[in-house]
Amino acid sequence: MPQQLNYLKETASQTAGPYVHIGLIPAMAGFDIFEKNFSNVLTTPDTEGERITLEGKVLDGTGTPLRDVLLEIWQANASGRYNHPADRSAGALNDEFRGWGRAGSDFESGLVTFETIKPGAITDKAGRKCAPHINVWIVARGINIGLNTRLYFSDEEAANAADPVLNLIEQPSRRSTLVARRSERGGKVVYSFTINLQGPEETVFFDV
Amino acid sequence: MNAQAPALRDPRLNRPEPLAPPLGDGGFFQRDRSIHPPAHAPGYKSSVLRSPRQSLLSLEGSVSEITGPVFGHNDLGPLDNDLIRNYAKDGDPVGERIIVHGRVLDETGRGVPNTLVEFWQANAGGRYRHKKDTYLAPIDPNFGGCGRALTDDTGYYYFRTVKPGPYPWRNYVNSWRPAHIHFSVFGSGFAQRLITQMYFEGDPLIPICPILTTIPDKDALDRLVAPLDLNASAPFDSLAYRFDIVLRGQRSTYFENRTAGN
Repeated sequence: MPQQLNYLKETASQTAGPYVHIGLIPAMAGFDIFEKNFSNVLTTPDTEGERITLEGKVLDGTGTPLRDVLLEIWQANASGRYNHPADRSAGALNDEFRGWGRAGSDFESGLVTFETIKPGAITDKAGRKCAPHINVWIVARGINIGLNTRLYFSDEEAANAADPVLNLIEQPSRRSTLVARRSERGGKVVYSFTINLQGPEETVFFDV
Repeated sequence: MNAQAPALRDPRLNRPEPLAPPLGDGGFFQRDRSIHPPAHAPGYKSSVLRSPRQSLLSLEGSVSEITGPVFGHNDLGPLDNDLIRNYAKDGDPVGERIIVHGRVLDETGRGVPNTLVEFWQANAGGRYRHKKDTYLAPIDPNFGGCGRALTDDTGYYYFRTVKPGPYPWRNYVNSWRPAHIHFSVFGSGFAQRLITQMYFEGDPLIPICPILTTIPDKDALDRLVAPLDLNASAPFDSLAYRFDIVLRGQRSTYFENRTAGN
């Protein structure tokens, strides 16, 4: 018998359940408890970058919006740098941008919104430019293990066409499931997205 | 806040040293999906319409996945890890007082330092303080049911609460959740992000829970069951349960510049 490697095993995932708000967004559960709360607003007045609103829904296999879903986003700043010591790229850090936010969907409409900035392009280990994108993590009742995906931007056509991750998707038609559509509303830039958990338009999810 | 509850005492004991030296730079171990519940698990009915059916796209961890949000003590309040006090209005919450403690480790056995752990739960009657929970058990006016902690430099965390009650739910007509506490853990990179649930040793509802039994691996299921830890209990005050959480193994070294509060 060979020697044992003796690695531990990752703790098994469990669903976040319908009441995930209690722990992660208590105000949505209907009460106020923490002095400092996390939110869906990633910016401060001093954050550098183009202000954008992300707005979307997560749909189940019947096309019904999930009204109890929780999304977290993680993104680089406007210079294309993540606010984390493992990112040693050249872009400038901006103290006014952690790059992370969480939002629950509206209990009636299922709408999820974030107020953030458009991230800059990042460079991968191989030195390739990656199109600007936002990393998304999705948990809800009925989702046994959090789903990872990304949002790209519809006004970055050339960068998206050259993006090494989008190009890993064999079917070109599925690449568009990751692209949020730009529009302007009342002077604000809005990117709209739909995440389909199932069906012909199923969003591409990642094993990261 | 009330005057009755004695202050929460640090129950730490037996903190083992990290097993493995730092490895090379970059990335996380491949996730072993065989120990996680499958997305489509028909016995847990809510998963049927909410499970992707296409294959996941395999991504080599890039900077987008090996980085993640950094939290510090500035994000937390002083009572955040004391669920007996953090929502108390005119007395202590009803229920068995317990301490839950353990370490957040990665698959190499190293503690994951300075990482945010969040937890939430039903009260002793099995009722959540949530506007969508209509179970007939009463809301406890002195219990919110959520808290959070930052691990120390060895990955250790602890909090105090009351033991949650089991409750019925609409899966099968007579489905009951075993008593459990939900945990959300960040780790050092977004690819380590994990939500799980801790169960209590000896609960007869564990083997028949439609959510727990989505886990295909018996050992993986057992690792979600926290044993009673009498050594860490506070005599004449609180029993203790030990719950270690293991995140993905990471090949990267730790970041000395990632101190709390940065």
